[in-house]
Amino acid sequence: MDSNASAIGSAPSPWTVRSIRRRLVSGDEVAHIVTLVFASFVILIASLLINELWVNCVLSRHAFGWHFWFSSEWDPVFEHFGALPFIYGTIVTSAIALVIALPLGLAAATFLAELAPRTLSDTVSFLIDLLAAIPSVIYGLLGIFIVVPLMRTMIGPALKSVFGFLPIFSGPNYGVGFLTAGIVLAIMVVPYIISISREVLLTVPRDQREAALALGATRWESTWKVVIPWARTGIMGSVFLALARALGETMAVTMVIGNDPKIAASLFAPGYTIAAVIANEFSEAFGNVYRSSLIELALVLFLITFILNGFARLLIIATGGGSPS
Amino acid sequence: MNLRLTWRKSLNVFMLTLTGVAALAVVSVLFLILGYLVWNGWKSLNLDFFTKLPVPVGEMGGGMANAIVGSLKLLLLAAVIGLPMGVMAGIYLAEFGGRTYGFTIRYVTDLLNGVPSIVIGIFVWSIVVAPMKTFSTFAGGVALAIMVIPITLRSSEAFLRAVPTSLREGAMALGASKWRTILTVVLPAARGGIITGMLLALARVAGETAPLLFTAFGNQFWSPGWKQPVASLPVMIYTYAISPYQDWHRQAWAAGLVLLAIVLIANIGTRIVLSRGGVRSV
Repeated sequence: MDSNASAIGSAPSPWTVRSIRRRLVSGDEVAHIVTLVFASFVILIASLLINELWVNCVLSRHAFGWHFWFSSEWDPVFEHFGALPFIYGTIVTSAIALVIALPLGLAAATFLAELAPRTLSDTVSFLIDLLAAIPSVIYGLLGIFIVVPLMRTMIGPALKSVFGFLPIFSGPNYGVGFLTAGIVLAIMVVPYIISISREVLLTVPRDQREAALALGATRWESTWKVVIPWARTGIMGSVFLALARALGETMAVTMVIGNDPKIAASLFAPGYTIAAVIANEFSEAFGNVYRSSLIELALVLFLITFILNGFARLLIIATGGGSPS
Repeated sequence: MNLRLTWRKSLNVFMLTLTGVAALAVVSVLFLILGYLVWNGWKSLNLDFFTKLPVPVGEMGGGMANAIVGSLKLLLLAAVIGLPMGVMAGIYLAEFGGRTYGFTIRYVTDLLNGVPSIVIGIFVWSIVVAPMKTFSTFAGGVALAIMVIPITLRSSEAFLRAVPTSLREGAMALGASKWRTILTVVLPAARGGIITGMLLALARVAGETAPLLFTAFGNQFWSPGWKQPVASLPVMIYTYAISPYQDWHRQAWAAGLVLLAIVLIANIGTRIVLSRGGVRSV
């Protein structure tokens, strides 16, 4: 990672008093230290963040302990709090998002990397990067006014008439709920999967493809059996990044999930996620235990995405793919 | 054997077509989204939107002048706090950073970049809002600044690294010290890229809603100074979209269009400048 640029000027010199004084006078050490201080702010912010979350949820940790994780009660009046419905909602919506986005994204990335001419591929990737830049509140706005009505009038009834015998597609359909949130999330994470997977697929050496084709494989067989397995680790990285984003997404989900702390088997039922409950209730949470419980939820969300992100970066670094931004 | 070959060939055509359809589907969603938003937003947009304050529930009309100014103030704060820190840290990583410490900072930066924005909101609430005992413009600016730092840091590092080593060597061969080389040779060479990175970072946080919910909070009138709650475009879109009022929905669409225009113009503009200016290798 380090270019040779950083080696210049910091050549090992003996730490004699004279050399230190000379370097201080020339200003190099000063510049080094000043920029170092600024860089260290990043680490300071990260550690302060963890510390603040940990310290501020002490009330809830003491009051509920591990029970917090397995209780599905959420009662601000009597101050009984459990995280289960929110964890359930977060996992279910993210899972739906990945089930939709992964095949779609991977297929589109394959098309862009393997089949499309370079100019078309670059243009489409540019458009898809723009899709990733759209603020989440705008996805929420479109979710409320496009996806929710569609869900109520078309997608929901269609799914019901075909798969209505399954418990996950039964029950009343209000338009808002797990499935709607999952669909909106899928639209939001698909650009991430496409753009990272495409980059990783493009790094697969040309001779791998040529060898497969020379052995008589069709274009699809060489893609499916050679190129994609080669890029597997990087693609996994893109999935983890997408998952981390889906788990932490707040506004779009809050606007379409129905905000009801219940665990329901039906995907049509309204639910709640960790991020959504924080967004909705934090500024009105006047009880100390109430607020502390919400902060504990934030801590958990932070830790989950922290671990997923770390894992994803390692995978992408391991395959030498580009860094997403 | 022949049957098997036919099967393999048709599977080939079928699956390859499917990948094309998937790509087409994703791109058409983009145009559908943009088209619907532009159509609805354009219908709802008028001069009042930019010049008037929000009106109480039940009255028609009004605008979001306070939210537009509020968003600008928040962005200004984020820029003043976040950009210099990001660039300075980027200089450290590109020019001084050692192997271990450099890697650590880079890794923590990426992780900070991935923290859900709602968590940043809680964090700033506990370090700024709780001690000050009030929601404020300042708190909102700090929240956005924390999101600006990692983005600016990584982009400025990348652009500084793209400056050829020979330029540094040339300056040093002429007797310039390292910090003079950075200040007068390396930074000017990477200037275009660094400014681009700053703009992209600001464009990204301009649309952030979650970190502002309990820092800047929002209100319905002008907010002078920095110590009061302040309205912002994204939070207004959220509040208006989930409200039951028809006229508020109309304004939410208008605000959505304005926000989208800002974000897309910043993104497309900087990308065009990037591809023309020959500043590559991000």
